[in-house]
Amino acid sequence: MATPLTATVDLVARFPDSVSADARPGYTGFIVKKENLVEVATAIRDEFGYDLLTAVTGVDYLAENKMEVVYHAYKTTGGTGLIFKVQVDRVDPVEVPSLYDIWAGVDFQEREAYDLLGIRFTGHPDLRRILMWEGYDGHPLRKDWKEPFFEEEAKPFKSRWPDGQHTFAENKNPFRDNLSFPAGFDPEAYQPENEDDLYASLERFRSKGADDALKTDHIVVNMGPHHPSTHGVLRVAITLDGETITGLKPVMGYLHRNHDKIGERNTYLQIIPYTDRLDYFNSMSNNFGYVTTVEKLMKIPVAERAEYIRVIMAELSRIQNHLIFIGMLMNDLGTMYTPSLYAFEERELVLDIFEAVSGARMMCNYFRFGGVVRDIPDFALQKIKDLVYERLPSKTDEMERFLNENEVLVARLNGMHVLNAEDAIRYSVTGPVLRAAGVPYDLRRADPYSIYDRFDFDVAVRYNGDMMDNYLIRFDEIRQSLRILEQALKQMPEGPINSQKPQYQVRVPAGEAYGRIESPKGELGFYVVSNGKPNPYRYHVRPASFVNLQAVEKMCVGAKIADFVALLAMLDIVMGELDR
Amino acid sequence: MENEKLSLPNYNIPEDLEHVVAITTIDRLYNWGRRSSVWPLMFGLACCAIEMIAAQTARYDMARFGMEVMRPTPRQADMMLVSGTVTKKMLPAIIRLYNQMPEPKYVVAMGACASSGGPFKEGYNVVAGIDKFLPVDVYIPGCPPTPQALIAGMIKLQEKIDKQSIKKVRWYQKGREDANYVPMPILGPDLIDVRRNAEIKQAAAVKEGA
Repeated sequence: MATPLTATVDLVARFPDSVSADARPGYTGFIVKKENLVEVATAIRDEFGYDLLTAVTGVDYLAENKMEVVYHAYKTTGGTGLIFKVQVDRVDPVEVPSLYDIWAGVDFQEREAYDLLGIRFTGHPDLRRILMWEGYDGHPLRKDWKEPFFEEEAKPFKSRWPDGQHTFAENKNPFRDNLSFPAGFDPEAYQPENEDDLYASLERFRSKGADDALKTDHIVVNMGPHHPSTHGVLRVAITLDGETITGLKPVMGYLHRNHDKIGERNTYLQIIPYTDRLDYFNSMSNNFGYVTTVEKLMKIPVAERAEYIRVIMAELSRIQNHLIFIGMLMNDLGTMYTPSLYAFEERELVLDIFEAVSGARMMCNYFRFGGVVRDIPDFALQKIKDLVYERLPSKTDEMERFLNENEVLVARLNGMHVLNAEDAIRYSVTGPVLRAAGVPYDLRRADPYSIYDRFDFDVAVRYNGDMMDNYLIRFDEIRQSLRILEQALKQMPEGPINSQKPQYQVRVPAGEAYGRIESPKGELGFYVVSNGKPNPYRYHVRPASFVNLQAVEKMCVGAKIADFVALLAMLDIVMGELDR
Repeated sequence: MENEKLSLPNYNIPEDLEHVVAITTIDRLYNWGRRSSVWPLMFGLACCAIEMIAAQTARYDMARFGMEVMRPTPRQADMMLVSGTVTKKMLPAIIRLYNQMPEPKYVVAMGACASSGGPFKEGYNVVAGIDKFLPVDVYIPGCPPTPQALIAGMIKLQEKIDKQSIKKVRWYQKGREDANYVPMPILGPDLIDVRRNAEIKQAAAVKEGA
């Protein structure tokens, strides 16, 4: 089923005064007047039925002296999305009304746009910096902001090419280091910003007992950034009433590696290895999302054999991701090591395949625009077949047999509520967590990309939305992935693996594109704006972990502190993708 | 006591005591104990941490070298494996963990990012190498290093420990209290390394004049 490229909704007819079609070449969607944004957005959700707002991002059009906020809204019943934008003058303070009351899922993404671009969202309940710390100088993604190691606007830098007579970036910086301070700054007189705003944003517990009852106070607990169970360098500030969580805020940015800014300096091809390091469990999926987006902009076909190779790699990646999820969940629940050792054993076999095709275990850098970089060697194809037809199905059965009816596990997971469907959609949660809440929303079916419309598989869905369902749905997905793999291996044709010639510099016509794939953790989106130059004008990643984490407060309030780690594990976050 | 590394070869021990008694130096004894049970801090920063976990699992099994006991608290750890990109926001936490570790303490920079900033070096939130703040004992190249490379790096660390002498190691020197303690950096408009305050002030003043 081919879906139309543009949304069929005519917003202009509905709002003739406040909405106009985006007429810039290569752009789609609608431009909404700032004053009417809330009204139009409400209609988009309630009248047109776009209940899932997946991506919000800002773009700094320096030459036009405009700031633009781009929204991508989708329906959980499937189909293409609706893109609408707001343009405001680039004069501080840049202000746009917040859509928090319509889609709570804009929460973190609006904070990110505020942090990195300095767009203030009026009406946002908790507009603080999210990736950088309070007190940081400037908004890094603005086009007139320069990082301390700035050399040129775009790579390849002249200092490193073509004669190889490089100069170190350190030599150009007065500190000979990655530092930059405002003029006249005095470090001795400086008072660091405190974190009162963070603690003020937490729901405080106040003693609700009668007058003669014992007066109790809340306790604030900070978990992380160094904590063995937060899956990386995440920090969470929690208020507790006894052992019950009353308020919770994640604090992130401890692995913010400036993916967007570096991406805007890179050429299109240079970005591919950086996408590997987003969700470092699934470099194949990340590659997939990025090249799909750029191919949309370039309007090039993908070689037939390469399409199958891509699907095979992406599904293998999903299997090993879910295996790790299961192993790590067991770690978090306290069955230290044994199940995760079993999970890692199978993962190593998948990594062997990745190493055979791409040369690297984790950072595969395997996809190219129009295809993949090299063909699958025969021995690796045989390995894949052995895994898919023999080993993985039996090992999945084995894990299920050993784990699923374990008394302790059942007691711990059954009936432990995670999210219901309405909340999941409201917070823009995608991926297995949404499907475990009873919404069969899988991009491979809802908005098929690549060749997923050719395969016969079921969208894994479970209906209770408790931890048990969230856990079991991973096994369901492994089985569905194996089904897809079996068909892909049978159908894969011979032929070239790339529709284009190998090239270092690709020509990308001006325009914008939003590409999204079903990564193992949810919807992974890339928003790329090209102005026809060799490097993207705006490159934004919409990571599944980051957006899914918005629901963590909703999930955890009312639960016991001991269950927090397990609830967080359900979201399957990975910090490389979360902080970028 | 058959460990040849422990017994000194040039002492004659009576035959009936050969398996019971060893004559050695205090350095050898210390180093033997230290190299055989390097307990790493359970501390993952980024992608490299996944390979660190993989090195602990069945196929690579780092436990063969006495390094499997990952300690979540720095008070019980001997070695900090900086496994991933060090960001400015994370740096104060890393320094605090290092300061809390008791000596002997070793630092291993795993991967390109921890060694030099790696592919993310130009990022505004990235510290270009943990060695700007902590004394690094072993660098392991790779992005990420394979588990084999990690184990090779760990063996290098053991070789380094073998050569140490308690008279010379930095943490027992008088007047070298700074070897065990790194002043906490401050998060300001940018990362403030308090050891470089004067330099920062001067450069900022020059910028104002320009």
